[in-house]
Amino acid sequence: MRNVAIIGTGHTKFGVRTDVNLQELAWEAIKQALEEANLDQKDIQYFVVGNVGSWSAEELPAVVVGEYSDLTPKGTMRVEAACATGSAALRDAYLAIKSGEADIALAVGVEQMHQSPNPQVVELIGRAGDYFWEFENFGLTFPGYYALHASAYMAKYGAKEEDLGKIAIKSHHYGARNPYAQFQKEITMDEYLKSKPVAYPLKLLDSSPITDGAAAVVLASEEVAKKITDSPVWIVSQGVASGTANLSKRTDFTHIEAAYLAAQQAYSRAGINFDEAWRFFDVAEVHDCFTIAEIMAYEDLGFAKRGEGYLLAREEQTYIGGKIPVNVDGGLKAKGHPIGATGISMAVAITRQLLYRAPKGTQVNVKHGMGISHNVGGTGHYAYVTIFSTRRPSS
Amino acid sequence: MTINDVREKLQQQISQLISSLDQVVQMYGMPIIQDKNGNPLWIDVREMTLRYQIPIKKVQKFFEGLKEGKILATKCNKCGTIYFPPQDDCPKCKISGLEWVEMPDEGELVAYTIINVKPPSFSHYQDYIVGIAKMKNGINVTAWVNSKEVKVGMKVKLRITKREPENYLTYELIPA
Ligand SMILES: [Zn+2]
Repeated sequence: MRNVAIIGTGHTKFGVRTDVNLQELAWEAIKQALEEANLDQKDIQYFVVGNVGSWSAEELPAVVVGEYSDLTPKGTMRVEAACATGSAALRDAYLAIKSGEADIALAVGVEQMHQSPNPQVVELIGRAGDYFWEFENFGLTFPGYYALHASAYMAKYGAKEEDLGKIAIKSHHYGARNPYAQFQKEITMDEYLKSKPVAYPLKLLDSSPITDGAAAVVLASEEVAKKITDSPVWIVSQGVASGTANLSKRTDFTHIEAAYLAAQQAYSRAGINFDEAWRFFDVAEVHDCFTIAEIMAYEDLGFAKRGEGYLLAREEQTYIGGKIPVNVDGGLKAKGHPIGATGISMAVAITRQLLYRAPKGTQVNVKHGMGISHNVGGTGHYAYVTIFSTRRPSS
Repeated sequence: MTINDVREKLQQQISQLISSLDQVVQMYGMPIIQDKNGNPLWIDVREMTLRYQIPIKKVQKFFEGLKEGKILATKCNKCGTIYFPPQDDCPKCKISGLEWVEMPDEGELVAYTIINVKPPSFSHYQDYIVGIAKMKNGINVTAWVNSKEVKVGMKVKLRITKREPENYLTYELIPA
């Protein structure tokens, strides 16, 4: 199988983007990615669109995005993997090249949640578990699903509200330095503690916002990438796993099993030892749709032992200069979480970090040339862990 | 509040929205408003109300059970797996027509949350507690927890209740 590299990245400003419609928003990211790769639409052999939708009007988003961006008649599809949709889109384009089906492919993730009023979005996203047995009868909301994990985690390991707050404060610290972020302001522990309850024990400042945004990457095979760029970022491996729709079918509520399994796969293909995984990476992007999710991610990725993820937050070991910098672009919490775009946004962030192109105040020191993204769809319904490197993979 | 009050209130909100949209069309000649960022938005005039019809034939016995005062699960006689929520197919053994067994009523809360920000379709309820309890047979149940006090590890009982104001039978967890 062939090596696959990222040769162009695009990223829109995240936030309330009522100045553009869905396809216009996607085009902003696609245009930037094409320009970075120095390619035209005719060079793209296949494109894939990640979009969850239902809050936005277009029923067949891949088609309208393709038409607006002048990518038609190239082959396409829309993919959905809940909040991991962007990583699923990346995967599809990656596999198309890896398998030899295409030499150059584009993956774009786009979401415009503000086409529906906020209460309606709360309604739609709450239906994202097992519809009948969780939503219809018991009205679980999306924060509610993660709140169940938070209550179980805090009871088992003794993590405190303030430990969750540390995550939010870090995200806002870096969001304030990221011009693409939805929230570009710092928050204090006091503000965090006083923020409005959403789903106990989670508060507004534990939660990622409702967001519009798009991100795109151009991928190429090794042969083509070498002709186009001197600085490809390789996709070394990707692990993928799924979990039950119905949370009650799981045995453990203190971690996300699918994410752990995806990490195991990605690590084993990349020759990384789980227990010291953090030593391999300069930077990580993890799925912090809620603060508790970032803490569980530390453990599911092997950055901390089981039950000790919150200590990493408490000791501020995930800032730049710490054990492993995590979500130094603001994360989903401050950068924003346009569901279908998030996974590709993570790939863009890691790529730019590894090439020393991150915004001022968010650039990590690149020693190993490796980064990792952890993208969870739903509450562990889908999980994708992807490893990126500036060094060409051996196989 | 009865379910009719809830529905009437909802219908009122909808008609208010529609009449203010009509006013916008009157004023501007098109359904265009400005959002708080000053961006013009076209407000969809083709509205759609969704209400799904979910087939329950294969687990009809569960609902009959509720009427008879029983909370039922299914059990595969071949591999012993107990399914709750119930399902009539054991995908492990690839057989159907599983046995119906009663769920134990004693369990322990393993996770919970209090829903403060509610979906609109749940907005007529007070903040509610949703919990997951591990029942005596090792099977988890998700349900509302009807209790003033709640914490992980508390002993709970599973029982049938009537969901008001909708007035249909469901199940809940209460302190043991
Ligand atoms: Zn069986």
